[in-house]
Amino acid sequence: MRLSSKHLTLLILAAIVLVAPLGFPSNFYYRIGSLIFVNGLAVTGLVILIGFAGQISLGHAGFAGIGAYACALAPQYLGLHPALAMLLGTALSAAIAWLIGRPILRLQGYYLAVATLGFGILVTMVLANEAPITGGPDGHDVPELGLRKLLETIGIDLSNAQFWYAFTGLFLLAGAWLALNLHDSPSGRALRALHDSEIAARTVGVDVARYKLSAFVLSAVYASLSGSLLALMNKFITPDAAGFLHSIELVTMTVLGGASSVPGAVAGAALLTLLPQVLTALQDYEHMILGLIMMLVMIFMPAGLVPSLSRLLRGRT
Amino acid sequence: MTELLQFVLSGVTVGAVYALVALGFTIIYNASNVVNFAQGEFVMLGGMVTFFAWQAGLPLPLAAALAILAAAAVGVALNKLAVERARGAPVVSLIIITIGASIFLRGGAQLVFDKQLHRFPAISGDEPINIGGATILPQGLWVIAGAALVFALLYVFFTRTLTGKAILATANNRVAARLVGINTDHMMTLSFALSAAIGALAGVLMTPITLTSYDLGVAYALKGFAAAMLGGMGVPAGALAGGLLLGLIEALTAGYISSVYKDAVAFIVILAVLFAMPQGLFGRKSTDRV
Amino acid sequence: MPLLRVEGLGIDFGGLCAVNDVGFQVEPGEIVSIIGPNGAGKTTLFNMISGAYRPDRGAVALDGEPVTGMAPHLLARRGMSRTFQNLQIFQKMTVLENVMAGCHLKERGNFLADLFSLPATRRRTAETHTTAMQLLERVGLDRAADKEASSLSYGALKRLEIARALALGPRILLLDEPAAGCNAVETEEIDHLIADVAKSGVAILLVEHDMKLVMRISDHIVVLDRGEKIAEGKPETVARDPKVVEAYLGIQTKEASGHALG
Repeated sequence: MRLSSKHLTLLILAAIVLVAPLGFPSNFYYRIGSLIFVNGLAVTGLVILIGFAGQISLGHAGFAGIGAYACALAPQYLGLHPALAMLLGTALSAAIAWLIGRPILRLQGYYLAVATLGFGILVTMVLANEAPITGGPDGHDVPELGLRKLLETIGIDLSNAQFWYAFTGLFLLAGAWLALNLHDSPSGRALRALHDSEIAARTVGVDVARYKLSAFVLSAVYASLSGSLLALMNKFITPDAAGFLHSIELVTMTVLGGASSVPGAVAGAALLTLLPQVLTALQDYEHMILGLIMMLVMIFMPAGLVPSLSRLLRGRT
Repeated sequence: MTELLQFVLSGVTVGAVYALVALGFTIIYNASNVVNFAQGEFVMLGGMVTFFAWQAGLPLPLAAALAILAAAAVGVALNKLAVERARGAPVVSLIIITIGASIFLRGGAQLVFDKQLHRFPAISGDEPINIGGATILPQGLWVIAGAALVFALLYVFFTRTLTGKAILATANNRVAARLVGINTDHMMTLSFALSAAIGALAGVLMTPITLTSYDLGVAYALKGFAAAMLGGMGVPAGALAGGLLLGLIEALTAGYISSVYKDAVAFIVILAVLFAMPQGLFGRKSTDRV
Repeated sequence: MPLLRVEGLGIDFGGLCAVNDVGFQVEPGEIVSIIGPNGAGKTTLFNMISGAYRPDRGAVALDGEPVTGMAPHLLARRGMSRTFQNLQIFQKMTVLENVMAGCHLKERGNFLADLFSLPATRRRTAETHTTAMQLLERVGLDRAADKEASSLSYGALKRLEIARALALGPRILLLDEPAAGCNAVETEEIDHLIADVAKSGVAILLVEHDMKLVMRISDHIVVLDRGEKIAEGKPETVARDPKVVEAYLGIQTKEASGHALG
C-alpha cells in the first residue's frame, strides 16, 4: 500500500520528535524542543484559520493567555486539578471564540485584523490590571501538573525536561494529525473553498459564516491548549503570553513556515524559537536579523519556507 | 466643567498625533493597498534623529528638518527594497513584511542611537497656558496646529495639484491610471516618502511632551492603525476623525473611568463601530463584482 | 407551475437604475437565454436571482416558494446552481477537489467527525470522490483531476466550473457566458453539454454573447436593453423583432459615431 501524504507527514514529524533527543547534550535542549512544540501547536491552529480558511487574526495570543491563566487561577480559586483547569480554559476559550467570532468574522482583511488585535489587547489588559486576582504584570505561579510523578509510580522515570518534551510532543503530533485530517475532509474543502472565493463557496452551498466560525473556535482551542502547556511547563505565567507581540510572533511563525502547510507550521515555530537562541552571541543585532529574515522570506518565498522549498526540491528531481 | 475641558484638551492633543499617524497609514494604503505596520517607526525616527542631531550641535529646526528627510528616505527605501518587490502577495505576507521592517528599524535604532528616553526643548517653552480654567502646554497647541496644517495642505495637494490627483487616480484604479500615463511606481514611492515625513513630523512635535525612545513605534503604529480603521481605511477625513475620536475616548476614559483601561475602552469602541459599520465611519461600501 | 418565476425585478446602484421591472419564467428542462447589448444588465439580473445582490424591487420564486434576496447557500439547498462570467474557481485546490467541493451539500457533515476522520467522513469523501470523477469525465477533465486548478487553460476552467455547478445536482442552472473566450471546438462541446443537461430535466438560464449558440439551443429568449426587458419569445420570433434589431444596431451606430468623434 502506498502511504498517503498525510501519513507520511505524520511519520516524519513523529520521527523527528523521537530521534532529535539522541543529539541532545543537555536538558536545556529538551526545553527548547518543548518550546518549539508548544508554539507549533498554536501555529497549527493558525494554519487552520489563516492557511485553510484565509481569515487573519492578530489576537490569538489572547486565547493562549486564557488557557495559561486558567491553569494558574482555577486550581487556586476553584480547587481544580491543573489538568481539569486546562480543560476549563479550553472550554472557556472555545466559548469566547464562538461569541466574539460571530460578529468579528463578518469583517474582512485588515478590518478583521484590527478587531482581533483589539480582542488580544483587551485580554492582556485584564490580565495585567486585575492584579489582586491575576498577580498583574509580575505574573502568577502555576501548580505542578503531577503527571510525571504518576508516571514514576508505574516505572517510567523521566527528568522534568524530558517529560515536558514528550508530553508537548504528543500534543503537537495529535494537533497535526487533526489538522491533516481536516485538510482533506469535506469541512476542510469547504474552508479552503471559501478562502479562494467566498461567493463561489456560497454558490455550492457552503454556509460561509458557520465554517469560518468553526475554524476560528478550533484555532482558539489550539492556542488555548498551547498557553496551558506553556504555563504548566514553566510553572509561572505573565500577561505577556497574551500580548500583542506574542500574537504577532505566532502569525509570523505561521506565515514564514507556509501558512497552508501543517509541517510548515512546525518549521516556522522551530525557526523563530531557535533564532533568538542562536543569535544570543549577536545580541545587539538580534532584532535586525529577525526583521531581515521576515522580510526576505516573504519577498523571495511568498508561499512560506516549507511549500517553497518542497517545490524547489520537486523541481530538481 | 473645567475638568471636562481639561480632558478634551489633552484628548485633542493626543488625537492630533494619532490622526497624523493614521493619515500616514491611509496615504500608503491608498497608493499600494498595503497597511504599513512600520508607520510607527517613522514617528520614532522623527524624535530620535532630531534629538541626536540637535545634541551633535545642529540648531533644533535644522535637526527636525534633517529627521523628517531621513524618515522620508527610509520610507522610500522600504518601498523600493521590500514592498514593491512583494507586490501581489497576500495580505498576511505584506503584514509580515512591514512588521519585519518595523522590527528591523527598531533594532537598528537601538544600535545606532541608544535605549534611553530623550527629550529636546519645546518650541515655545513649558509654561502651561490657561484656557477657561483648564491648561494646555504650548507644545500641545503646536501639535494641534501642525496636524491642522498638514491636513489642510494635503487637502489642497490632493484636490488642486496634478500630482495629488495622480496619486488619487492610482489609488482608485491602478491599471487605468497607468493607461492614462501616470507613473504608478513613482506615485507609490512618493506616497511612502510623504507618509514617512508626516509620521516623523508627528514624532518631532510630540517628543517635548511624551519623550522619545527607540521602542515607542509599536504603540503609535497600533493606535494609528486603529484610528485609521475606525475612520475607514483609505479616507483622509476618516483618519482625522478616527484619530481625534480615539484620543478623546482615551482621555475621557482615563479621566472618568480608569487610566489603566483607557486602551481597553478605545478598542471596545472600535469593535462596536466595526460591528455596526464594517467599513469604518467614513469607509466606502463596496459591492463585489462577480 | 414554472420552476423559476421572476417578477418585476429591479435594482439601483448609487441612484442609477441598473435593472428595472424584468420578469420571465423558466420551466423544468427548458433552456432560457438572456441576451442584450453590453451593459444591458444581464449579469446584474443573474446576481439578483442567485442571491449575490439583494434586489430593490420585485420577486423571485423557485418552485412557487418566494426566494427573493435569499443567501446563495440557501438557494443552493433549494437546487439553484450557477457559474460566473469572470470565473470563480478555487484556484489553490486541485481540479478534483473543486468538483468535490461542488458536492458540498451531499458530503458535508459534522465538523468534529471530519476533524477525527471518522468512518462516516471517509465514506462521504469516498462517495463524492466517485461522483466528482464521473462529472470530470463528462466534461472531459478526468485526466487533469490531480492538477492544481490554476494550471488549467481558460476553456478548461470554464468546463470545470460547469462540472462544479452540476455537482450540486441542481434543478436550475444559471450559466453566465459559458462559451466566452472558448474556441469553436470548445464552444461546441459546451453546446452539447448544455443540451444534455437540459434533457435530463434541469432548467437552464443562460447569458451568452455567442448568438449562433443561443439561437441553436434556446427554447425561449429574453432580450434586455438598458436594464429593461424589450422582448421575449422563441428564437426565431425574437430574431425578427424590430425592437431587438434596433437595440443591437442602435448601440452599434452609437459606438461607431463615438469612435468617429473620438
